Amino acid sequence: MNELRELARKLLADGTVKVVIGYESVGPAGWPEEGPRGVRPSFITDPSQADKLVFDSRCVHNLATYLNPRRSHIVKLGKPAVVVKGCDARAVAGLIRECQIKREDVVIIGVRCGGVVRDPTLGGGLTEQNVSDRCVGCEEREPTLCDYLLGMLPPAPPASTRHADKLANLEAMTDVQRWEFWSENLSRCIRCYACREICPMCLCVQCMADKNRPQWIDCSPTPRGNLAWHMMRVLHQAGRCVGCLECERACPEGIPLGLLGRHVAEVVERRFKYKACEDPTVPAPMGVYRPDDGEEFIL
Amino acid sequence: MSIPSSVEPPARTEFEPKVVAFVCNWCTYTGADLAGTSRLKMAPNVRIIRVPCSSRVSPLFITKAFERGADGVIVSGCHTGDCHFSTGNYYARRRFAVLHELLGFLGIDTKRITFSWVSASEGPKWQQVVNDTAARIKALGPFDQYPSQRGDWS
Repeated sequence: MNELRELARKLLADGTVKVVIGYESVGPAGWPEEGPRGVRPSFITDPSQADKLVFDSRCVHNLATYLNPRRSHIVKLGKPAVVVKGCDARAVAGLIRECQIKREDVVIIGVRCGGVVRDPTLGGGLTEQNVSDRCVGCEEREPTLCDYLLGMLPPAPPASTRHADKLANLEAMTDVQRWEFWSENLSRCIRCYACREICPMCLCVQCMADKNRPQWIDCSPTPRGNLAWHMMRVLHQAGRCVGCLECERACPEGIPLGLLGRHVAEVVERRFKYKACEDPTVPAPMGVYRPDDGEEFIL
Repeated sequence: MSIPSSVEPPARTEFEPKVVAFVCNWCTYTGADLAGTSRLKMAPNVRIIRVPCSSRVSPLFITKAFERGADGVIVSGCHTGDCHFSTGNYYARRRFAVLHELLGFLGIDTKRITFSWVSASEGPKWQQVVNDTAARIKALGPFDQYPSQRGDWS
């Protein structure tokens, strides 16, 4: 923790960066003994404020989303340094891959991560019940795309089959059951677009959902609008989604959006041998092709 | 006044599916034209929308067609390697692959969508694609499952 604060102080003091994007504690120190909520994204511009920075298993947020150039109010702060976990580094790589940011325009502070919690309010720290679905089977607890790598490697997060079970369960259903499942879940969508706003990979200056000439997608929460929106959002993320599940966390209605993303990611991996990675030079799968791509579904 | 029981109810007209076909200008549209000029008999349920390339077909076109009451959709373009723009249909193929599997995952019957490659010389193949699709959609019945234009508010 001190390592992180000292580095942030140094980077700000010598003018390498203008803002450090990290996590700050807003409650009394100490986790999990302290109050349940207590960590939020923080934008440190003054070296004297660097002591606010923390990193622990409550730091669920994917801060790569703040590098997204559509967030012009953060771009205005100046050159950023950003604290990333291994999974977040995949999103930074995605932004570089898609020419949204330049590698040299951002200082990446990697932190070794032992997993984050699903819901900080449950308390009790990192348990099998409370580990975030995205941490299960994590292979990138140590980011490789970074300028600095901090901390000791903590033990691996507890194993959980919750997410895999849900997905397997859904795939085992009949079409009719799956349709009922998604109709029920998507009918709860209030179209607040929190899933879009939090997504580090949603880049469009004007989203298709905001366009009305023609109106591709109903903007009111009607069944057909909800279906079209979630279907198109996940298709736009095909081969781009980094699996951080921030959409699912941000959703006020608890719609399992992560399952859609995970399913498409599996399709992309199986068909196009591509997995979200920390190497920005690997081309995005939907932007390239192979002459021998499978076409068993085409007459 | 009660209706006399001797009056037969009007005969129910058979369900005629509406199928929207997005076809590429260079191969399938020309192939469909060939089928027409060859006087091949085809199911009259298919409405053709001509697009510059199969890669012009956004998944949004397909959802929009279903929203507007289509019971089935055909997407057809040049065979791979024969694209007028060299590579358009390779990209389209990747997109359709993901779309196809996602529709299945959402519980939408993927038999409602036909993807095909039909070249400019394949008039008979187009005839077959149209007839097969129309017959299949007819058997499946109207696509009431999809929340359509007058989607009930929840």
